[in-house]
Amino acid sequence: MGAECNNAIIHVSNLKKCFGDLEVLKDISVDIEEGEVVVVIGPSGSGKSTFLRCLNKLEQVTAGTIVVNGVTITDKKVNINKVRENIGMVFQHFNLFENLNILRNLTLAPVKLKLKDKETAKKEALEMLHKVGLESKTEAYPSHLSGGQKQRVAIARALCMHPDIMLFDEPTSALDPEMVGEVLQVMKQLAAEGMTMVVVTHEMGFAREVADRVIFMDDGYIVEEGTPEEIFRNPKEQRTIDFLNKVL
Amino acid sequence: MYKIITVYGKMLLAALGRTLVLALFGLFFACIIGLIFGLLSVVKNKVCNILAHIFVDVIRGVPMIVLAFFVYFGIPYLFNNILGFTGVSLSALQAGTICLALNCGAYMSEIIRAGIQSVDAGQMEAARSLGLSYWKAMSLVVLPQAIRTMIPSIINQFIITLKDTSILSVIGFPELVNTAKNVQANTFLSFQTWLIVGVMYLVVIMILSKTAKLVERRMNRGRRMQ
Repeated sequence: MGAECNNAIIHVSNLKKCFGDLEVLKDISVDIEEGEVVVVIGPSGSGKSTFLRCLNKLEQVTAGTIVVNGVTITDKKVNINKVRENIGMVFQHFNLFENLNILRNLTLAPVKLKLKDKETAKKEALEMLHKVGLESKTEAYPSHLSGGQKQRVAIARALCMHPDIMLFDEPTSALDPEMVGEVLQVMKQLAAEGMTMVVVTHEMGFAREVADRVIFMDDGYIVEEGTPEEIFRNPKEQRTIDFLNKVL
Repeated sequence: MYKIITVYGKMLLAALGRTLVLALFGLFFACIIGLIFGLLSVVKNKVCNILAHIFVDVIRGVPMIVLAFFVYFGIPYLFNNILGFTGVSLSALQAGTICLALNCGAYMSEIIRAGIQSVDAGQMEAARSLGLSYWKAMSLVVLPQAIRTMIPSIINQFIITLKDTSILSVIGFPELVNTAKNVQANTFLSFQTWLIVGVMYLVVIMILSKTAKLVERRMNRGRRMQ
């Protein structure tokens, strides 16, 4: 740790993650500032989703340190559930609770974790749904919604916990092309409000427009990082150039 | 036939009642055992998984009739003659309930395991990412979805267990088959007696499976309307 993590809301040092013999993350060190929007790009299998999932410990870390909001979550004694209340996550496949209607999807965690009473939770849920433009869907079940609507609900669900950090794991990859825009719109709005966001995505347009910093990962390493300008206009590493040539 | 119904009808109905009581007791405890071992087999803990595995393998590998003799005769013998206790005994109802609960419980735990595993892993992850504990996520999000898919198999298992009560006639519990044996011995009317008993089982199981279909349809209707 030391001096470099002063303002960092997320501090990662020498992170390593193996699945059996497979080394997915080899040596990742990065600091993310409060309010920063970091977009992680890179080819499939480069470890970017695994990296993101380590940040809220959905993956057990093999070695290294992760400090979130001053809490060393890689420490085994830390109550990870408490830390997760502060880290919202949005998944590629939405993962809305299929057995609950939209309103209860949003209020389940705040109510069951006794953070709010039912009435307050409901009121806030309606506000969040309004924010993502789905206040008319409170009684609907997830299977009734389109992909874009589901993902907007998933974002609202995460926001109901009032997190300091939002993680997005390829939030638009499972969407039909015409629905990508509505989800990115909500994400842009969040970024504008100053939310700290870490976004794994293939949407280069979003990275260019919204990111404060772009991280290019390949083969378990951070190959290059910088402002969107630096990464997209003047990439320094050959691997970054090759990747960008393929996707742009 | 008429004679059996007028003379022994009440007796057979009472026996059917005892059959149902035994089945209900057995099923009640089987549900608890099934849930416990089903959960033990899905948690991320090798010891728990192995424990559940052994339980299921042992029970599945032993015929119910052997299990019945073992529990009814073997267990009291173990306590009284080997471990040095005195006066340990099990009534036929107690022994029968234990047998049914163990036997049905093992199959139930497999049904519950499969049901839980059929729920997309993303559901658990999403719940955990919001800060819910494993058990809260399991009971509020995963299990309710798992139960939907488990219902047909569970009802099937209920029917099998109801029929399996007949095996417990061997330890002298006066359920339907045991009683019918006495009726047959008294009357020598084999054809009529077993025909009546067969119809009695059939009627009860038909009622059970029709109700089951109704429940299933109601649950699915809810789902389709979504």
